[in-house]
Amino acid sequence: MIPERLLNALILAGLLAVPLWALAADEPFTITLATRVVILALAAVGLNIALGIGGLVSLGHAAFFGIGGYAMGILAHHAQTYTALDLGLFTVSGTKSMPVIWLVATLASMLAALLIGLLSLRTSGVYFIMITLAFGQMFYYFAIGWAEYGGEDGLSIYLRNSFPGLNTLVPIHFFGLCFAVLCLALFLHARLAASPFGLALNAARQVPGRAEAVGLDPKRLKLLAFVVSGAITGLAGALFADLNRFVSPTMFSWHFSGEIMVLVILGGTARVMGPVAGAALYVALEHWLGGLTDYWIIFLGAILLLIVLFARGGIVGMLSGRRQAGD
Amino acid sequence: MSFILVAEQILNGLQFGVMLFLMAAGLTLIFGVMGLINLAHGSLYMVGAFAAAAVAGATGSFLLGLVAALTAAAVAGAIIEVAVIRRLYKADHLDQVLATFALILIFSEGTRWAFGSFPLFLDIPDWLSGPVSLPGGIQYPLYRLALIGAGLAVAAGLWLLIERTRIGIQIRAGENDREMIAALGVDISRLYTLVFALGAALAGLAGALVGAIQSVQVGMGEPVLILAFVVIVIGGIGSIKGAFVGALLVGLTDTLGGIFLPELLKLVTDPSTASTVGASVASMAIYILMSIVLILRPTGLFGSTA
Amino acid sequence: MLKTLLTATTALALCAGAAAAEIKVGMITTLSGGGAGLGIDVRDGFMLAMEQSGRDDIEVVIEDDQRKPDIAVQLADEMIQSERVDVLTGIIWSNLAMAVIPSAVNQGVIYLSPNAGPSALAGAGCHENYFNVAWQNDNLHEAAGAYANSAGYTNSFVLAPNYPAGQDALSGYKRFFEGELAGELYTQLGQTDYAAEIAQIRASGADSVFFFLPGGMGISFLKQYADSGVDIPVIGPAFSFDQGILQAVGDAALGVVNTSQWSKDLDNPANNAFVESFQAEYGRLPSLYASQGFDTANLLLSALESADPSDADAFRAALRAADFESTRGDFEFGPNNHPIQDIYAREVIQEGDVYTNKVLEVALEDHADAYASECNM
Repeated sequence: MIPERLLNALILAGLLAVPLWALAADEPFTITLATRVVILALAAVGLNIALGIGGLVSLGHAAFFGIGGYAMGILAHHAQTYTALDLGLFTVSGTKSMPVIWLVATLASMLAALLIGLLSLRTSGVYFIMITLAFGQMFYYFAIGWAEYGGEDGLSIYLRNSFPGLNTLVPIHFFGLCFAVLCLALFLHARLAASPFGLALNAARQVPGRAEAVGLDPKRLKLLAFVVSGAITGLAGALFADLNRFVSPTMFSWHFSGEIMVLVILGGTARVMGPVAGAALYVALEHWLGGLTDYWIIFLGAILLLIVLFARGGIVGMLSGRRQAGD
Repeated sequence: MSFILVAEQILNGLQFGVMLFLMAAGLTLIFGVMGLINLAHGSLYMVGAFAAAAVAGATGSFLLGLVAALTAAAVAGAIIEVAVIRRLYKADHLDQVLATFALILIFSEGTRWAFGSFPLFLDIPDWLSGPVSLPGGIQYPLYRLALIGAGLAVAAGLWLLIERTRIGIQIRAGENDREMIAALGVDISRLYTLVFALGAALAGLAGALVGAIQSVQVGMGEPVLILAFVVIVIGGIGSIKGAFVGALLVGLTDTLGGIFLPELLKLVTDPSTASTVGASVASMAIYILMSIVLILRPTGLFGSTA
Repeated sequence: MLKTLLTATTALALCAGAAAAEIKVGMITTLSGGGAGLGIDVRDGFMLAMEQSGRDDIEVVIEDDQRKPDIAVQLADEMIQSERVDVLTGIIWSNLAMAVIPSAVNQGVIYLSPNAGPSALAGAGCHENYFNVAWQNDNLHEAAGAYANSAGYTNSFVLAPNYPAGQDALSGYKRFFEGELAGELYTQLGQTDYAAEIAQIRASGADSVFFFLPGGMGISFLKQYADSGVDIPVIGPAFSFDQGILQAVGDAALGVVNTSQWSKDLDNPANNAFVESFQAEYGRLPSLYASQGFDTANLLLSALESADPSDADAFRAALRAADFESTRGDFEFGPNNHPIQDIYAREVIQEGDVYTNKVLEVALEDHADAYASECNM
């Protein structure tokens, strides 16, 4: 068994080493794959905050992922067509600058998470799972019918957006940028879990009655966790759109909400590095199994099933020998 | 908009709702008794449709196809209950969602492996095809009337089963207190397998009945699954009565929304915009309905407090 | 791991130069999930032509996009960055095409479309590296409009799913149809029950119904329509009447007129040979999609006869010449690299146990698309 701290360091180091090796070996596509892992992990870190710290099983996180993606798509679309974006009261021009796009993506998904959270947190348990799913579906169908931004076809952005001081078209530069964002989010998660806020939430999740008795308001704590969670997943959506230079309603689909959840659980719920390990394994499976047979999805399903049934605590839990996070 | 058209649309909404009930009844039963969220319920619907298409194709008999659908779905349900689901009862909802999501992947691609990538053929039997005249001059397909009848019959049968039989008493007891009925000597794991197989059979029956007027293809269960979840959440999870009311509400909202929203919008905007915008809003209508119900009643219409 | 398929024949094309400059073709298509039937047909048609060519210096790399745009983009990156392919092809769906093609052709790769033809890539968004070997999305719907005129229909009810290809379909039909519209409906994408729409059709007083509902949606619609007792004649594009899905529709499709640029019974030597050899190779009748895959491969092969992809200008010119025997008869490219071709009206018939199509008439002759004039290449 490996101590969890050491394991966490190894996972991060491995994620950094693969693209560096690929750079040396001139395998640019491997860098692209690693970037995909990083961005999916970032989306899952967002969900992990809601799931792991807040105990909120959201099956609608694709909504935030899609909002982030569309924030990027819409701003960049207006910039590349030199048209103004009409906001009703005033118009703004589009932009190709990543920092601005990230800000808009984060704010927009925070706002959405606030509204969805306010309404959804009136329910709990299975009802919460289903109402978040319903909100995700609303966004999905809205995007499909949104003819102005491509409807089901989505929007193509011909050139990746820019970041001051970097050439984002070079795969390793873009990877570095995403990796840095992921590290920040992981740091935030770790700090949040150990902060008074995180401890209070943990108490609210495990013994709600007692938490209330000592003056904590569980609903407000949960809402805050949900908003932070949505913001991070939204930022991941903006990066994902930039990786593919493309956004479409599939970013909103419930399958995607399911996939992010798979990443979290694969890696180990509530563990800081769980989403990273989960994303790495998922992308690797998708990539390698796909080459073996046309029916590779059967094997993917079987592997997922085995992990749920026999490796509770995910990969991180299995390798570190601790089934529960924080034992 | 004439009276005939409105009446016909209401019948359509009813028929859709009744079929949704067959799906939702199994889901809600399984949740009520075992506390399990089963995303793979849509796969059992697909299994039923494929079994019916295969057997009806080979024998030429629609009724044999229905029998095959019931049997195949019940057997598939019993097998996954014993092999997989049984290990999930004590797990949290998260693990259940993930494991049954994995089952969807296995079922869908497995079916494609077994039956190929093209849709299968399943048709309405001759003795149920074509329209009939209803009072008021409505021309309505006989098969859809038969679907309404079959769905209502199953609903009544289910009610009798749960309220009037020994098994029903065990099921209701299982919903309330698991330890107690185990202590009273009921074989709880056999009861669970039975309930799961029953839910699966209902899903399979719905798949076969609907398969005759739709496309029998891989992935056909997923849209229905999501609708069925909406239904049981609106009705209150675990409540058969709630599932019935919820199914009719969803069926009517979805059918009538798709027709009347564009018509309403035509009063305020041009026809072309009205039909695209109306279609978008209509596709969101049931989700809006569900959010409103949950915001007003967080455990659904007939749900007990969570 | 990549599925690498080398065209299997003897080393007969091992002439100087050709063997050294091996040509790599990347095919991204849908091979799993509900839409896999179309991708499999395109792939099989394409590989049949490759095999018949006897060239062993062409390597075809085939990957499954699962019908997901982000996977398709990732595969395109892989093929361009690490496989370094000369030519890309294979995408079935318009939304995936929109995700992949603009960035691929801007990176200098040639793209040959065997199926999707979104309007955005035919007009202002056209590109010298992008060749469409199937049709522009509107084409078959335009032909349906033209056929409706010649059949004497004056009052059509039209319906399609609410997404860009659906909106293009209705505008394509309306572009050529000269009569009135009895009603216009957008349905939900993936919708399976059409009872409500059929009731509206019944009440509308139309003399014809035009619908575009690809895949399973069309199967559901036709079965329910036939059972409803409404007997207003139906027309539609070939997608809902293709060899692959006709068997699942059954009697409900008999007699329905649909429009297509290809049909199994088109009488020309290339097509006769294709239908026969496809059946011999795979044991089933070829579909529209298979014919498009076959034509795409033959276009590519014809260009490779006279130019090498390393000389981009010469290779593009060779492709533009379209000097190959198409299964659909005459075929040439317009100024936006989209086909100019005849589009036929076909009727669904039964041959023994098998449902198939027979050609009725030419609906539009030497038809080009409506966007060519917006293309500045």
